[in-house]
Amino acid sequence: MEKQKAIKTSSSSVERKRLGFRKLKEIFHRLKKSTLAMIGLAIIVLLVLTAIFADYIAPYDYSTNDLKNQYAMPSKEHILGTDEFGRDIFSRIVYGSRISLQVGFISVGIALTLGVIIGASSGFYGGKVDMILMRFIDILQSLPDILMAIAIMAALGPGLSNLMIAVGLASIPGYAKIIRSSVLSIKDNEFVEAARANGSSDFRIIVKHIIPNCLAPIIVQATLGVAYAIINAAGLSFIGLGLEPPTPEWGAMLSSGRGYIRDYPHMTMFPGLAIVIVIFALNVLGDGLRDALDPKLKQ
Amino acid sequence: MNDNLLEIKNLSIEYVTEDGRFKAVNDLNLKIRVGETLGFVGETGAGKTTTALGIMRLVPNPPGRIVQGEIIFEGENLLEKNIKEMTSTRGNKISMIFQDPMTSLNPIMTVGKQIEEVIKLHQDIPKNEITIRAEKMLETVGIRKERFNDFPHQFSGGMKQRVVIAMALACNPKLIIADEPTTALDVTIQAQVLELMKELKEKFNTSILLITHDLGVVAEICDYVAIMYAGSAIEYANIERLFNNPLHPYTVGLFNSIPSLDEDVDKLTVISGTPPDPSHLPMGCRFHPRCPHVMEKCKENFPQAIEVEEGHFVSCFLYNKETVKEE
Repeated sequence: MEKQKAIKTSSSSVERKRLGFRKLKEIFHRLKKSTLAMIGLAIIVLLVLTAIFADYIAPYDYSTNDLKNQYAMPSKEHILGTDEFGRDIFSRIVYGSRISLQVGFISVGIALTLGVIIGASSGFYGGKVDMILMRFIDILQSLPDILMAIAIMAALGPGLSNLMIAVGLASIPGYAKIIRSSVLSIKDNEFVEAARANGSSDFRIIVKHIIPNCLAPIIVQATLGVAYAIINAAGLSFIGLGLEPPTPEWGAMLSSGRGYIRDYPHMTMFPGLAIVIVIFALNVLGDGLRDALDPKLKQ
Repeated sequence: MNDNLLEIKNLSIEYVTEDGRFKAVNDLNLKIRVGETLGFVGETGAGKTTTALGIMRLVPNPPGRIVQGEIIFEGENLLEKNIKEMTSTRGNKISMIFQDPMTSLNPIMTVGKQIEEVIKLHQDIPKNEITIRAEKMLETVGIRKERFNDFPHQFSGGMKQRVVIAMALACNPKLIIADEPTTALDVTIQAQVLELMKELKEKFNTSILLITHDLGVVAEICDYVAIMYAGSAIEYANIERLFNNPLHPYTVGLFNSIPSLDEDVDKLTVISGTPPDPSHLPMGCRFHPRCPHVMEKCKENFPQAIEVEEGHFVSCFLYNKETVKEE
């Protein structure tokens, strides 16, 4: 194996890619040890596939009313029943996965980008920069996330992109703090000083040496953050600040089914179940990733 | 005078903290010629590393501050350069080897990439040439280029230090500052690394400022030696003169405290007392509280360096004939 590697190794870009792949494979190999994390991963993969192939999976259109079939219980035609307009709940959940995934990943992307910039500069430069940025973050954090999101949503008005911005902005503080603390622990390492002694600029040191070394906690936080963002988005839609009907958002579905919960519980149960399953999957995957990425458990 | 690559004049560096003012380097004068290895010897806290960081302009500020002095490198004062000029000097003309190879490499970057990084920073050449040069560097320090894509944790301590040396040499610098490069290594590896440094120095005609507290290491590789005490160089001479004829009582004390292989002693000789607290340096000669030959005037006046024999400077009133005459 060792010899084979040696013979193969040359420094072409193909080799570089193979190297990255090797690293990923190693992480995946460690992740495989946790059955729960693998279940989580499987559910997420399934969800992504569902979102991509929603047009083929969903038996009905998500917005076509069928007033003859209102409040139908789960049956052969409508496996999860229909809602107050006779829309197929299964189809709506399938299309809803697109919204949830978008909201989840894009809002985490927004939060992560801003969080990394704020956290890294505050941790790296310290002093006054740190003071100002962190007090700003403290102000953001002193408001409950959901309240923040409500306020932003109320200011921006409903809509998918506004929803993502609101959820993203509201979760910046968590990321900024985590990144700041990992940067603080990394930046005093000798290799950072060595990089400086080699003539690297501050920006280069942060991007090339410090952030890659903080990646493990960031990845874990982001995975859990996706779940959180989905819940937040569902919550906002539930109180009517998220997406407008007939967009099949899971939270909005919960909200509209709320009035019928005594007579037709399936209208709230299935979207709720969808949320629960996805959140569970993201949480166990996040936990598994944390273990897989922990360098202390590497050997 | 023009063959001086680096000349430090009256350099003082201090750290100002809530607990007081720590004078790490005091009025230091030093020079290194092209292709020469200068050993920089002293106890822990004598200001060796601070001097090195001062040359690189990497003294952490705050709390550190360069109070006065000049650091002249290739005829230019480094202390007057701006940040941009300094970053293009670091790693390119002056590079540094750190004490602990275990921590001075980025754990999640392949060693090859780390060497490439240094070249990329300072040389404007195509990517594949950078790779070729980095591979060559790796082979120069005795590591097969097949290991280019390995991570630091896959190397032993000695190999890592070789990688660090390869990084330091990658841009063919004029001066390498080696901050206790062998302290973290065991003795056999130490010898190998020193041998390698010696070889490379001759090959590339690089000057080395070797910081160490090990006189054995100095004997192995240095041409000149400066003994540091409480932030200033108290004795400076070429290696033979210093080893055969140490003059300053502190230097003499250092040599006496090296255990001898031939003699059987119960107790090792030590220099009594402890190094001075840099926040409360003693008046006069900083060594006087520990000096066996202390005189009255040592307590009040700081002895200027005098040239006792050619190229042998010492800061001690014992050899300062003129002052003695005055009394």
